[in-house]
Amino acid sequence: MARNNSSNRNNRNNAADQILALAPHLIEMLDGVQQVELEDFAMEIGDLSLFIPKGAFSSPSPAGTPPAVRRELPENLIPAPFHAKTAEYPGRIREVTLGATKADGGSRARAITIGGATMPAYASGAGPVLHEPVIALDVFDMEIALPKYLKENVLGVMQDPAEWARFNVEKLHADMVTVHLMSTDPLIRDTRPSEAAKTVEAVLQAVDVPVIVGGCGDPKKDAEVFARVAEMAAGERLLLNSVTLDMAEKKTLGAVADAARKHGHVLLAFTGLELNSAKELNRRLYEYLPPEQIVMDLTTVALGYGLEYSFSIYERARYAALMGDEELAHPVISAATNAWAAREAWMQLAPEYGQKQLRGPLWETINALTLLLAGVDLFLMMHPAAVLTLRDVVKRLSSPAAQEPADRLNGWVGVRL
Amino acid sequence: MTENTPAKNQRKKSIREISPIDVYKNLPRTNCGECGEANCMAFATRVVNGEKVLADCPPLFAEENKDALARLSELLAPPVRAVKIGAGESAVTIGGKYVLQRHEFTYHNPAPVAIDVHDLMPEAEMDERLRKIEGFSYLYIGRKLSLDAVAVRSVSGDAETFKKAVERVSRATKLPLLLCTTDPAVMKAGLSVAGSLRPLIYAATEGNWKEMAALAMEYGCPVAVSAPGDPPLLRSLAATLLGYGIADIVLDPGTSAEAGLSATIGNFTTIRTAACRDNDELFGFPLLGVPMAVWDAPEISEDVLKWREAVTASLLLSRYADLLVMHSLDGWVLLPQLIWRFNIYTDPRKPVSVEPGLREYGTPTENSPVLVTSNYALTYFTVESDIKAANLDCLLLVIDTGGLSVESAVAGRNLTPDTVAAALKEAGVASRVSHTTLIIPGLAARISGDTEETTGWKVLVGPKDSSGIAAFVKERWKPAQQAVGP
Repeated sequence: MARNNSSNRNNRNNAADQILALAPHLIEMLDGVQQVELEDFAMEIGDLSLFIPKGAFSSPSPAGTPPAVRRELPENLIPAPFHAKTAEYPGRIREVTLGATKADGGSRARAITIGGATMPAYASGAGPVLHEPVIALDVFDMEIALPKYLKENVLGVMQDPAEWARFNVEKLHADMVTVHLMSTDPLIRDTRPSEAAKTVEAVLQAVDVPVIVGGCGDPKKDAEVFARVAEMAAGERLLLNSVTLDMAEKKTLGAVADAARKHGHVLLAFTGLELNSAKELNRRLYEYLPPEQIVMDLTTVALGYGLEYSFSIYERARYAALMGDEELAHPVISAATNAWAAREAWMQLAPEYGQKQLRGPLWETINALTLLLAGVDLFLMMHPAAVLTLRDVVKRLSSPAAQEPADRLNGWVGVRL
Repeated sequence: MTENTPAKNQRKKSIREISPIDVYKNLPRTNCGECGEANCMAFATRVVNGEKVLADCPPLFAEENKDALARLSELLAPPVRAVKIGAGESAVTIGGKYVLQRHEFTYHNPAPVAIDVHDLMPEAEMDERLRKIEGFSYLYIGRKLSLDAVAVRSVSGDAETFKKAVERVSRATKLPLLLCTTDPAVMKAGLSVAGSLRPLIYAATEGNWKEMAALAMEYGCPVAVSAPGDPPLLRSLAATLLGYGIADIVLDPGTSAEAGLSATIGNFTTIRTAACRDNDELFGFPLLGVPMAVWDAPEISEDVLKWREAVTASLLLSRYADLLVMHSLDGWVLLPQLIWRFNIYTDPRKPVSVEPGLREYGTPTENSPVLVTSNYALTYFTVESDIKAANLDCLLLVIDTGGLSVESAVAGRNLTPDTVAAALKEAGVASRVSHTTLIIPGLAARISGDTEETTGWKVLVGPKDSSGIAAFVKERWKPAQQAVGP
């Protein structure tokens, strides 16, 4: 009958404190709001007897319902034992290691390995996962337009990618950092590859976690930048985000893949919600480097704008891989930050839809959690409350299936609110 | 018989294994056309694809086809039973799931969201809450998303108090009800005033199943069996109620957002997997998820509880809940749930489409650019958000591509010079601008030449990705030059 052990209570309060400590607007909202003191739930069983009078069966069944057949009614619960089956899958997701320590030719404090799944995420009967999903936080190499409630958390560090990276690691405990070299876009600043490499170098010096390098999306420019960055950071096992079929078309894919192999980096193969394209791109990459240096991004669409397509693509890819499709047996990433593309995340709506400072971070959170269930191994994120919640849920889902006492789980029926 | 070992009969075919022939051979085969299809074979194909139901074939319901109908009903019965809650127009059907994973077929019967009220609520507060529940809605891609049911909880534990509350609720709303108490005497009081409305009886437990089963039979109401964290007990309760001849059963495996979250998601997954993959009939019932359970927590601020409820609800929607009970009425909590529910219940084989036609952004003038895109919702909303992000003043001509993306539509000939010409004419674009230049998507470059010929408009090939629209327009759109027609 132990209702709440005290450690449970502490965990709860700690989690709450943490969410609040990191999301200024959650705190602001709560200013002046008193903590609610819930009465201990209690079903006050009155003096009423549980006896059901005999005549009670006389009223007719409502129309449309088949009359219950009078039969030999069970006197006792019919035993119906259940043994959950543990499905075995022939396939297995490859493990990919990101970042390298000094011993392995890099300068990171530790490397992170993702992948290795042998079952769908959090499937029935799944044992502990080999590698828990990890979180990379974004850094941009130039001032960018961000929704207000993303921007406010990083205002002080936005001007300096290295500072921003340090903030992500020290304050938000990012497992990894992504530095987006947006300014290299020929349509924006067309920053030279050598200068972009310096930015990455500064980030590598500022933090000791594994680093992801994001390009601008131009297949030619990205190839030049990635080649230069790969050489500068030889041995660091960066994740280069990303290579595409566009690069294959523009004949720049080979150069990037060669650079990644030569200097020991990992490639992120990006395709748009299409498994055949994902397989094709991987096949092209196999010609250049070992499959253990490939991670996939199958495209994350914002909740409300097509998240269901992402959900089903990630589920299909993972299932196909576990059923033996080796061309899809790579760890996958999701840019949960894409959630902010949905107007419901950032737009002022009528008051009944609540304040956007809560709606926005929740949007990113749900985007991430949904794809967590579909098997994503690495999340690109931004909002502190979303990061905290994802980390908290991952921890809860990965802990052994501790069961709360049954009386506690039914407590909601009689709780006074 | 109740062991979940392989069934003694041959395993029932899953919906994916049923062929049109399986259906066809049980149809009247008269090709009467009453279903709107050319012949019985076409109808059979539609049925297998989930696009038509048996009820669309009236002759099948004639006396002489009784056996064929029974065989078809058995053949096409989903592994998760469909259970109706409520009466009349606002009744909801829950469950009726055919597959474990959405991409295998389609999820049917979007999970209703029930919001709670309780019997110690002051009357004015209850009325206000019911008004909010009925009034909450959000317009999403032209569809109205709203809440579906009311869960009346007995907090007093007193039969008379509960009865009054249920009576008040059933007068104030037509929404289906869930009556929530584990005390059969209290439940009986509630049913005495609302039993004819087919509420869901929540819940039959290890301690009260006999009395609750009797009430379910007496009132002909669906009943939830509850065994938090104990799937074997849950299965045993289902078997026992089936023994009573009660078939409209809902399963409550228990919801915990905290230490028990792993067990919660695990149990939901185990139960649904057993039903869909192993044909476990005792687990072949809809699942009840209770995000509201987070509110039974000590001394945490309300906003954190709401946050946690939102998180739990979204996880349960993705992991097989067929009905949710929630407490928070805050829009920021409910909005993502209603949108996500709408999304995962769409047919994954059919892209969602938007209305074709001409859209305006900013304050377009006669010199503003005219862009073309497809009516695939994902494409359309992406293009729209890029246009808005760039603060562009322009017109966007949305072509009816049958809901296909630009690339697929060009390949499938749904986006052709002719469809562009027809759309231009239909929308009267020529009268809106003083130029005759169109910007078509980069992925439709192939049709640019022919489109110029067919429409008489000059065609500029835009970027392949709409994120490039801003830069493209900035660089290439020179209103003064474009104003000169061909």
